[in-house]
Amino acid sequence: MSGPLILQPVLFHLLLSVLMLFLWRQPRYHRGISAVGSALSTLFALALWYRVEASGWVVLQAGQWPAPFGISLVADSFSATLVVLASVAGLAVSLYAGRAIGMARVRFGFFPVFHFLMMGINGAFLTGDIFNLYVWFEILIISSFVLLTLGGEKRQIQGGVKYFTLNVLASVIFLTAIAVLYGLTGALNMADLALKMDALDNRTLVRISGLVFLTGFGIKAALFPLYFWLPASYHTPPSAVSALFAGLLTKVGVYAIFRIFTLLYPKDFFIDSLLLALSVGSIVVGTLGAWREDDLRRTFSWLIIAHIGFILGALALRDARTLSGGVFYLFHDIIVKTGLFLCAGVILRITGTASIKASGGVMEALPRWSLVLAIPLFALAGIPPLSGFWPKVSLLAGSADQGAWVYAGALLAGSLATLWVTARVWSGVFWKAPPSGMEVKEPLVTAGRDRALLWPVLMLALVSLGMGLFPEPVQSLADRISTGLMDREGYIRAVLPTLSMQ
Amino acid sequence: MEVLLALMTGLLYAAGLYLMLRRSMVKLIIGLVLLGNGANLLIFLLGRIVKGAPPIIRADANVLTGLYADPVPQALILTAIVISFGLQSFAIILFKRAYKVLDTDDLDQMRDTDDL
Repeated sequence: MSGPLILQPVLFHLLLSVLMLFLWRQPRYHRGISAVGSALSTLFALALWYRVEASGWVVLQAGQWPAPFGISLVADSFSATLVVLASVAGLAVSLYAGRAIGMARVRFGFFPVFHFLMMGINGAFLTGDIFNLYVWFEILIISSFVLLTLGGEKRQIQGGVKYFTLNVLASVIFLTAIAVLYGLTGALNMADLALKMDALDNRTLVRISGLVFLTGFGIKAALFPLYFWLPASYHTPPSAVSALFAGLLTKVGVYAIFRIFTLLYPKDFFIDSLLLALSVGSIVVGTLGAWREDDLRRTFSWLIIAHIGFILGALALRDARTLSGGVFYLFHDIIVKTGLFLCAGVILRITGTASIKASGGVMEALPRWSLVLAIPLFALAGIPPLSGFWPKVSLLAGSADQGAWVYAGALLAGSLATLWVTARVWSGVFWKAPPSGMEVKEPLVTAGRDRALLWPVLMLALVSLGMGLFPEPVQSLADRISTGLMDREGYIRAVLPTLSMQ
Repeated sequence: MEVLLALMTGLLYAAGLYLMLRRSMVKLIIGLVLLGNGANLLIFLLGRIVKGAPPIIRADANVLTGLYADPVPQALILTAIVISFGLQSFAIILFKRAYKVLDTDDLDQMRDTDDL
């Protein structure tokens, strides 16, 4: 019964891609298929989420092989919620891309690759097997390489070389860590690994394998000091692609860190302190980078790095309350960062320049819609009724309880700097009169089909607004997820019902 | 045998990382290939090497007994090799394209996207 539900987020995107590959010579159908398919997959994701909320766990043992022998697919509240959010972000990007991505890119398979990427993301969220996680990571990075370089502009190729190299390096490091763990335990299933790793005597080697995982996932999540590829590449592809990357790709790395370091490496003082220090470093470096940046999308790219620090610092403190703040922040960040890069795409179309200094006059061109574009921007800074505010309360209260003053201070300073950066973007891009000589391309957006670009932004803004105005259900969901993450026994029992009895 | 493989693994990792640190894109690809092979060899090595003991259950037994060659690492390596083939062929096309567009093989020259 539960089989189809948990497989749908993965298989449905595969089906869509294959369908579009069959229609390779009729690219005009791709946009419609992608939009309808993304909407349907959001419904499927919601069905899975309801199922998980009702019954607690949805576990599928592939091919009926009992747990440690086959590959398990596991959906707990955390995975299921992330699949839902990924589908919502994917739907917005698909709708936006339908208008914004030119026919030249569509003809070379933009949409099939987009759905392969979504398949990889959902697979990574749902797998319960560590080698299978590696395979999903490879699927999603190779799709992301294609999306990043599709079009072959000079900047795209340059960004692509850096992005490619560091991501492949991260995969090799991840594979190395898997090899060490397999050598130590002979297990690949994460629940089985968690059981066997507790019994190991060689704690030093266990810790080293944890550090290797941290390095590999740290590159993928753009953690300080492994983030250099991100601001070098995220602003090069079309905005629809950078929105998808910004909202989801680094977050898959964050998810993997959450999963691996709660399940396999519970409470290790050395690893936790290191992760906390790196998180604080990410906040500092990210906000400083955003502070002095003039390119709109690069400014937002630096903020991604800063906010990864917010989320991972919460994990490092190993406290249920802080962790629930981190989980809530992760949810908020997926929606808001996607919306923000889509906003940036709209702004680039109006002003025609990536530079904040050289742009302006968006408010004049789009008086009403500017308010919609403002929602992701100010939710990012965490201005109270918007969604960024509530998780920061939990993060601050939790870290203060733990006495983690450096992290709490970095959190406050980082929020303030984010506010400063968003205010600068707001005044520079929206309020400021356009510099003389620059022609505001108003009709491009307000009239005709380009207006449809604004609807996906509105959709994400409404989701963010909903999370901000009604934080209670999201907060209680985040609380349940964080208790679930701290409770390793629950995960092991759900995946290995027979083995854990002994 | 283990010592030899351990040395080989270390050598492949070291050579791969060294080549990745060079400025030439061609050396970068070769470095990535060596690094990937190093990881594969590491999985093979850490899966314990057993000689002449295939994982086949004898006709008069129900389970494998004694030492046997673990088939899982080989499956893992096979998967990793196939994936790295795909990645390498993509890398070669991408880097060739980069050479054509940018007219340089020197990674230090590729700074446009980092400039302010």
